[in-house]
Amino acid sequence: MSYINEVGKYSLLIWDVFVVTLKKPPQWSLVREQLYNIGVLSLPVVAMTGFSTGLVLAAQSFFQLADKGLAGATGIMVAKAMLTELGPVLTAFMVTGRVGAAMCAELGTMQVTEQIDALITMAVTPHRYLISPRFIAGIFMMPLLTAFSVFMGIFGGYLVAVYFFKMAPFSYFDPMPRYIKTFDFFIGFVKALIFGIFIVTVSCYRGMITKGGAEGVGRSTTNSVVICYTCILFSNFLITLGLNIIRDQIERLFI
Amino acid sequence: MIIVKDVWKKFDDNEVLKGLSLNIETSETLVILGRSGVGKSVLLKHIIGITKPDSGSIDVDGQEVTLLSGEKLTNVTKNMGMLFQGAALFDSLNIEENVGFYLAQHKDPITGHKHDKKDIKERVDYALELVGLEGVQKKMPSDLSGGMKKRAALARLIVYRPQYLLYDEPTTGLDPITAMQINELIVKTQKELKPTSIVVTHDIISALYVADRLALHKDGKIAYVDTPDNFLKIDDPVIDFLRKTITQDPRTFRQRDYVKSD
Repeated sequence: MSYINEVGKYSLLIWDVFVVTLKKPPQWSLVREQLYNIGVLSLPVVAMTGFSTGLVLAAQSFFQLADKGLAGATGIMVAKAMLTELGPVLTAFMVTGRVGAAMCAELGTMQVTEQIDALITMAVTPHRYLISPRFIAGIFMMPLLTAFSVFMGIFGGYLVAVYFFKMAPFSYFDPMPRYIKTFDFFIGFVKALIFGIFIVTVSCYRGMITKGGAEGVGRSTTNSVVICYTCILFSNFLITLGLNIIRDQIERLFI
Repeated sequence: MIIVKDVWKKFDDNEVLKGLSLNIETSETLVILGRSGVGKSVLLKHIIGITKPDSGSIDVDGQEVTLLSGEKLTNVTKNMGMLFQGAALFDSLNIEENVGFYLAQHKDPITGHKHDKKDIKERVDYALELVGLEGVQKKMPSDLSGGMKKRAALARLIVYRPQYLLYDEPTTGLDPITAMQINELIVKTQKELKPTSIVVTHDIISALYVADRLALHKDGKIAYVDTPDNFLKIDDPVIDFLRKTITQDPRTFRQRDYVKSD
């Protein structure tokens, strides 16, 4: 029963954040600060993750495919996997660890030290002042970070394929336009957007309901990271399933 | 004027307010005394609308705050200010930004425009001067001592001149001299701004120093309300104990003789 109650309160928070954001957008300076925190400061970790994943993907693909005469598919494997699955999921994981946990801890500390109550007593809506700028920055930055991670992955894969396995550069890139469709970009974008919404809202929600001093802040932060990871993994499966079914339906209708 | 009528509040199995009623007159300083954990702070949070009661009514200048939410509640709380027990300064802002926070967030009610930076700075400097904290504008809250934080938090209230000031344990955790500084500031603020003030505390010296009227919060209700002189004459074990703490050497009496042990 308490889980249903929690989900209800969380849904209300998302709704309220939507309403306050559309009704009266937060100050630009607050949004800019969050864009910098979530976007710019996450670039190194996201780049490193994407790049190393690209390296591994290319190596594994080449080892698995070369003896079957399919070494030319290495580039497509890397690009497709990065674009539709690994790019969005790993970026979301990195952003959860780096940004989501910090958001939850910051808001949790504000809650237990009555700073959020102080905001209310000064007639400032916490959802507008604290969550809305993070929400806007999150949904704007997650697709960009994912795109950067995908780019770094494809680049890493290229380095391994061309300089380690001595593949011809054109055989890495040439098949891509034929097999990577606009819909693959769409899948990556939708996932990044939804993961971004999950990370910001779950982290902020857990932060806002924190109780019990420093120990409570620690507990909230751990919970928020675990919940975010779970939401990302399960929603990833559902989005993959849902979008591919939609794609099949569209192709059957029009082709 | 604030009229609190038959307010009940329960947290899980713990009933904190049990039909509490209280009237606070305009421009008076009412001090609510009571032991730790009886729900004094909870009462303040009800008045300012942070917490909603299970039943009962709280009327602030004709507005029923228990029924308000969102922007309607914000319009009422704009006239209120609360000094929190731990000061509740915003960690991420420096003292100048903390004190000027209200002005930066809200339009000038007279002109209808945003406060300009120069105006905010002048008012922040004045408020900090009033609480004796000149020169700390660029410091972060973590750089200040407990007493300085409380004074900065008081400056954050003075700067926007609210009609209602709620003080939650303003002297708790401070040494007696710093506590007296805070008491003097409360009296000074009362004289300058003439707000309606509610102070909750368990510090009898502070209470006597700032109060126009004293109330005793006991068993979820207001047991007595009276002027300081009359209040101290009431025949009640808790008040008897408080009276002794300010008139007798503490070595001559024992707590358990006056108040039932928990």
